[in-house]
Amino acid sequence: MTAIELPSRPTRTPGLLAAASQVALRALRKFLRTPGLSVMGIVQSAMFLFSFRYVFGGAIHAGATSYVDFLVPAYVASIVLFTGGGIAVAVAADKAEGFTDRLLSLPVSRYALVLGRVIADSATNVWAIISTAAFGFLFGFRLPGGWPDGLAALGLCVAYAVVFTVVFLVLGLYAPSAQAAQGMSLIAFVFAFISSAYVPATSMPGWLQPFAKYQPITPMVDAVRALLTGSTSDVGLALAWSALLVVALGPVAVIRYRRA
Amino acid sequence: MTIATADATGVPLIEAHDLTVRFGKITALDRLELSARPGSVLAVLGPNGAGKTTFVRCVATLVRPDGGRLQVRGRDVVRDAAKVRRDIGLAGQFAAVEPTMTGRENLEMTARLFGHGRIAARRAAAAVIDQLGLADVADRRSGSYSGGQRRRLDLGASLVGSPRLLLLDEPTVGLDPVGRSEVWAAVRALAAAGTDILLTTHYLAEADELADHVVVIDRGRVVAAGPLGETKASIGQDVIDVAVADRDLLPAVAQILERVTAGPARVQPPGQHVTAPAPGGPAQLAIVIDRLQDAAIDVDEIGLRRPSLDEVFGVLTGVGNGASDRPALPTTGQLTARRAS
Repeated sequence: MTAIELPSRPTRTPGLLAAASQVALRALRKFLRTPGLSVMGIVQSAMFLFSFRYVFGGAIHAGATSYVDFLVPAYVASIVLFTGGGIAVAVAADKAEGFTDRLLSLPVSRYALVLGRVIADSATNVWAIISTAAFGFLFGFRLPGGWPDGLAALGLCVAYAVVFTVVFLVLGLYAPSAQAAQGMSLIAFVFAFISSAYVPATSMPGWLQPFAKYQPITPMVDAVRALLTGSTSDVGLALAWSALLVVALGPVAVIRYRRA
Repeated sequence: MTIATADATGVPLIEAHDLTVRFGKITALDRLELSARPGSVLAVLGPNGAGKTTFVRCVATLVRPDGGRLQVRGRDVVRDAAKVRRDIGLAGQFAAVEPTMTGRENLEMTARLFGHGRIAARRAAAAVIDQLGLADVADRRSGSYSGGQRRRLDLGASLVGSPRLLLLDEPTVGLDPVGRSEVWAAVRALAAAGTDILLTTHYLAEADELADHVVVIDRGRVVAAGPLGETKASIGQDVIDVAVADRDLLPAVAQILERVTAGPARVQPPGQHVTAPAPGGPAQLAIVIDRLQDAAIDVDEIGLRRPSLDEVFGVLTGVGNGASDRPALPTTGQLTARRAS
């Protein structure tokens, strides 16, 4: 019997950032090396944008602005509600396939597991935001203000990417399976569609308007529209919602990993 | 149940006292007692749902006990979880490797997560690839591996940090015979190098192949424990199994079996088999065949075989005359003589 000689033992446990970057690197590699995730997500979001812009758009009246200029900023701001389902599915699958067990059995800080996931998934969300914005310009969207306003709006969308990464991470950690995570992610559609993102909220029936008006997505997309025209209306409220979601759900993610 | 009290330093490898884990109304571990010393391969044996996996998950700090105490190398799995994690490597029931990454990338990632620096991680990954015979496939994505290769890679991932205790939960479940023998060879080589190993299995054969000590768990409790040979002798006695076409002959067959083997004969459901433990082995089988012929009892099939785990647990737990509600479990080997008619 040949004995297996093991490598030397590590002298210390990994640091927070070193561990988080390994977790993030793995999630990014999976994303980039799975065409179904990296390419199909963009194709899908472009198809939806195309349909809204050219199919439904003609029948929707958005007040003074043209529909494409009304739609694209909100579509880009809320795209993470559609791509985020992939995060929940990936997290739930890691749990079901034993990958999370492996990570949790290692001498790694539980904060590193959350941080790594948030870094990687925020990055893929930013990729979705930028590619969707590019399709927006292709389909006829033009910046109402200058480039600095456009970059400010983009920055706010990136902040949303981080916020919704945390939201979908928690969803995935609580889902009993990857399929369930997929189903649970559909709740995001409710928030996306019953908001001012695709149609003006005032066009909805009276009983539906309070939900559309007071749920977080409406101020979030309105803030992006405002920034594009140099205004800051709704930005404070949007940032408050963002902070609330991260502060409330971030610790839930860490605790969930601890008790997994 | 004590396997061996402790090694020279006095610190047991694993010590469970009153260990209890509940999932809702189900009690997965029921005041389990166990003490294992370092320097051996310990197999935790039991039918599906016995609590094997829950026990391993407790040792791996993944499940918090609801009651009692569990120590790994003298450290409490709840209070000192971070230190326990530095000592263990876990390979679970699923091969927890990233399919879109190469074998080498997987190993380097895990090595970094064990705490190795970049260069040390590269070295550890290379060493494990070499030792586990994965050199040919190391730079291919692990998604393209065979079942046995993937399981060996998973084993390798639990080794890059040189754990003091390796935890293997059903390491060969779902593998074909080639994959199984590949994994067995790797486990033997690790044991030869002195790594302490705790493995769970529901195959008696696997415990036979790999373990020095066995612990039999049923319904969350230890029902037998000790060195492999002794425990096998107490739980793994061969049985004579007689099948008859005519149910009315069963009592007569049972009587003959009891007279020859001096043990209790059991009628196996659905009621055409009679079995009895046969300490005398083939010699007793020959006598039984003779006596049946003398009595002119027409037998469909008669043989000497290893007991199924069902029968073993029936004996150990005193539950149900072999009439377990559990699905039949694989037996190790069968020696069956078909009567010429």
